[in-house]
Amino acid sequence: MATYQLNVNGERREVTVDPSTPLLWVLREDLKMTGTKYGCGVSACGACTVHVAGVATRSCMLPVSLVGERPVVTIEAIGRDPVGRAVQDAWVEKDVVQCGYCQSGQIMCAVALLKHMPKPTDANIEESMGANICRCGTYVRIREAIKSAAQRI
Amino acid sequence: MLRSRAAGLLISAFSCAFGTWMIVSGALGQARDARRSAASRAQGIAAWEQVYSVLTHARCINCHTATVYPQQGDDRQRHFANVVRGPEGKGVPGLNCASCHQETNADSTGVPGGHNWHLAPLSMKWQDLNDKPLSTAAVCRALTDRSKNHNLDGPGLLKHHEEEALVHWAWQPGQRPDGTMRTVPPLTHEEFVAATRRWAEAGTPCPRGR
Repeated sequence: MATYQLNVNGERREVTVDPSTPLLWVLREDLKMTGTKYGCGVSACGACTVHVAGVATRSCMLPVSLVGERPVVTIEAIGRDPVGRAVQDAWVEKDVVQCGYCQSGQIMCAVALLKHMPKPTDANIEESMGANICRCGTYVRIREAIKSAAQRI
Repeated sequence: MLRSRAAGLLISAFSCAFGTWMIVSGALGQARDARRSAASRAQGIAAWEQVYSVLTHARCINCHTATVYPQQGDDRQRHFANVVRGPEGKGVPGLNCASCHQETNADSTGVPGGHNWHLAPLSMKWQDLNDKPLSTAAVCRALTDRSKNHNLDGPGLLKHHEEEALVHWAWQPGQRPDGTMRTVPPLTHEEFVAATRRWAEAGTPCPRGR
């Protein structure tokens, strides 16, 4: 076990865990922030996406020992960000969500896309969102919502 | 009179012999230089073949693709999760290499990592579009083409092989997700650098052929 001082959503959070514990487990089990979801556990589905130093990151495969000082932003705080707010509003406007399980990861990935590419093409969206899987098949609405959010930003 | 004629003949003979010696020794020297050059080229190409055996190992060539995606595993399959190259070889926003690959290997999860994890540029592709490794001659030509290799000469290529973090990673590739160790190239890093040095000192010769 080791103690880590994490910067999560702008707050200093101390956890004492095994160094190999994935960040996702720390968020959900230790910090009780359950907005970030466990999907596949092998970085293949994107449900666990959070931002680490601004990079959309698969938290299920990131040992907490490798987070360091880098700030972590989760779905719980992304609405405080103007781009995050625009994306969430667009998600509501387009009624994107069906079962909703993958959507926190979808939103975190979409925000990362729009922060780096404010006017993405369909091809850009497909490349960036291509590893975020939605078993309900909401992909068309996700694309519409990203384009709508791009117009709001 | 007789004495001066004899002296003249002696000088002529000496000049002739000296000239002949110069011509013969020059020719012999050229032949020796040519043999030395051929030997040096042969040794350089032998060293290159050792370098090539490393470059085409999965730990190296998986990120020297000709396609829009990297590969993974010893069977060099397409990288899972629809990972794409992106404009700078670092993926695309939302799906960067750094979305999973950190500064070091994560042995607890099996995700490899190293400083500035990225794909090699397309100018340094060592495979064709069918993911088949290019020939030894083709890889050598690409590697020594300074319009494609960030203007590196022999010493520059040697330095790259000696110091680049992702080159070093090939010998410290960490564990797979199942806990087994990833395979490493057929030479040690020291042997790889020594082979690169011999190749560079021979003038980075390339094998003939396609």
